Amino acid sequence: MKLTGSEILIECLKREGVKHIFGYPGGVVLNIFDMLYEDKDLKLILTRHEQGAVHAADGYARATGKPGVVLVTSGPGATNTVTGIATASMDSVPLVVITGQVPTMLIGNDAFQEADIVGITRPCTKHNYLVKDVKDLAEVIKEAFHIASTGRPGPVLIDLPKDVTVGKTDFIWPEKVGLEGYKPKYEGNKWMINQAAHLIEKARKPVIVAGGGVIISGAYKELKELAEHTQIPVTTTLMGIGCFPETNKLSLGMPGMHGTYYANKAIQESDLLIALGMRFDDRVTSKTDSFAPNASIIHVDIDPTSIRKNVRVDIPIVGDVKRVLTDLNKALKTEIKGQWGAVRKAWLKQIDEWKKERPLTYTKSDTTIKPQYVVEKIYELTKGDAIITTEVGQNQMWAAQFFKYDVPRTFLSSGGLGTMGFGFPAAIGAQLAFPDKLVIDVAGDGSIQMNIQELATAVLNKLPVKVVILNNGFLGMVRQWQELFYGERYSYSHLDIVPDFVKLAESYGAAGLRATKPSEVEDVLKEGLFKIKKTVFMDFKVDWKEKVYPMVPAGAPIDHMLFEEDEAKEEKKKKLKVVK
Amino acid sequence: MRHTITLLVENKFGVLSRISGLFSGRGYNIESLSVGEEIDPKYSQMTIVTTGDDLIIEQITKQLNKLVDVIKVTDVTEFEHVEREMIIIKVTPKPEKKSEVLNLAGIFRGRVVDSSENTYTIEVTGDEKKIEAFIGLMKPMGIKDLVRTGKVAILREGYKK
Repeated sequence: MKLTGSEILIECLKREGVKHIFGYPGGVVLNIFDMLYEDKDLKLILTRHEQGAVHAADGYARATGKPGVVLVTSGPGATNTVTGIATASMDSVPLVVITGQVPTMLIGNDAFQEADIVGITRPCTKHNYLVKDVKDLAEVIKEAFHIASTGRPGPVLIDLPKDVTVGKTDFIWPEKVGLEGYKPKYEGNKWMINQAAHLIEKARKPVIVAGGGVIISGAYKELKELAEHTQIPVTTTLMGIGCFPETNKLSLGMPGMHGTYYANKAIQESDLLIALGMRFDDRVTSKTDSFAPNASIIHVDIDPTSIRKNVRVDIPIVGDVKRVLTDLNKALKTEIKGQWGAVRKAWLKQIDEWKKERPLTYTKSDTTIKPQYVVEKIYELTKGDAIITTEVGQNQMWAAQFFKYDVPRTFLSSGGLGTMGFGFPAAIGAQLAFPDKLVIDVAGDGSIQMNIQELATAVLNKLPVKVVILNNGFLGMVRQWQELFYGERYSYSHLDIVPDFVKLAESYGAAGLRATKPSEVEDVLKEGLFKIKKTVFMDFKVDWKEKVYPMVPAGAPIDHMLFEEDEAKEEKKKKLKVVK
Repeated sequence: MRHTITLLVENKFGVLSRISGLFSGRGYNIESLSVGEEIDPKYSQMTIVTTGDDLIIEQITKQLNKLVDVIKVTDVTEFEHVEREMIIIKVTPKPEKKSEVLNLAGIFRGRVVDSSENTYTIEVTGDEKKIEAFIGLMKPMGIKDLVRTGKVAILREGYKK
């Protein structure tokens, strides 16, 4: 039977198990949208901006592990997806983005709403396609889903000219993909894994650094087994948050620029780093020359290019973290008879001392709302049972620091690209995937305004996303850097006009709440999170002077950290001088 | 250090831009690049000459391997291999130097492929040293124009990898 390109697309999406598409219509995709008009199995979530559509699909994918699907038109519709695609690419999120294109005969003519989106997205997709012949369409879609979701996942873009959406051909669903140049390696090298086991046996001060790859491969059980069996402490990178329970005694929290003192200290003092599904981002390592100076490094990653890109590695293992850890745990149990508890006693004691010496903390206040207090309260009230998305900046770091994540896929944040405006649409995607879960976007007043139009999407689809705005009137992280490193010259980081978020939410049909005093925080959260069953904006007027601590200044070794206490001492000194 | 890397790639549109884009996007050098169809027209063969320290070359080969359209990457520098480049050079020797140019072309097994009243156009094939030597000898004769194919390379048979 002959089908049109649009029919083939819809049929293929269904066979891939797609239930929701995020998108926005336009001229060249009208044939596809017409197919969706009466389709009961495939629902399109109409966002209010194409960037919002991609972030929503991204949030959906991060929360479920399944590829998110986007459908937009050509030209501006396509170019508006670029930030979203780059965000997903940096964080290894599986997406299939379908963009309309002008008819093949017009390509290259600077036609109305034409953009070379395949050229534009080449460096920020895992792979992309321009389909010139409807006969290739089914195979391309099959390949796109396969590439997006296997190996190190990532976004794949399919550019679909209008004439291809009406062209007819026999529909043949390819059972298999035949990609000669794409064969991700899942099994780790056995010899290397054995070497790793022996290094672990010899190590006295080992640390596991677990990244997003542990979540993607679903290796939580294996990681926990490794850590608990060998009594090795675990630090989870921003992307790895949730892959190891933060309430576990062996958890060190997050490492790096705004990581915990004890995570950074442990890395710097360690004699063995076991890096799992992470890529030694500069926000983790800071100055690479002085990163973990005494440690041997075992690096497990499914992407060979991640290995030896930023730091030297002693035992490189290319493979899927879950399979490698399964083999490693087996090797550790059968080949090595270690008295792990006794061997690790001194090291764990040292780490406990560091934990006591410099815990994550902030100065509480009765008069102004501390942003950390709001995040802490959310944790307390939800008992950790929520999906948290974040925007980017101070809100993101506080959400990472002051909420304890025990479950994978519950902290959704733009780590690599650092995209402001990510959290709200991502929360919409996550809420769609888990309608009964509490989904909370921890936002700043700057970031939330970058995709605030998606309020309509949330309200229209009855998605009870909770948006917590830590409102300090500033682009807080920029302000923090300006205060610390630019002599308090707040160049264009003050927002001057911030909308009345309560009224704004209400104007879209969402609920709006506000707290201006610490005593109001709990009531607002209780009402917003639990009582109100629809989209809510909670506006917390927080202390604008608050900074994210600890902090490693750019370019310094990661154990050279700034702390809030030091700042307080400095202030005192200044005041004393004035008195004299 | 200079490396010669050969690639087997899908013969599809856009492959060349993926590869050149990878080099420019990550700040790697391309000294020369040549492409041609394989025996099976489904594939193309590429030879890229690039420079960088060991870590960069390792990244380049890994990054190339990561591209979906790239089927095989070989850094032939590490193995016994044969490499050749062809140049076509147009020289304008003074009348008294004309026979010397022809002599030199003969020594280098070059061929005169075109001549006019004042010019010889000579084709020379060889490895890098030979090509550079020939260009060096032609310089004093007066080079009017010069085109080069870029290197192509192939592994020698019978040498274990």
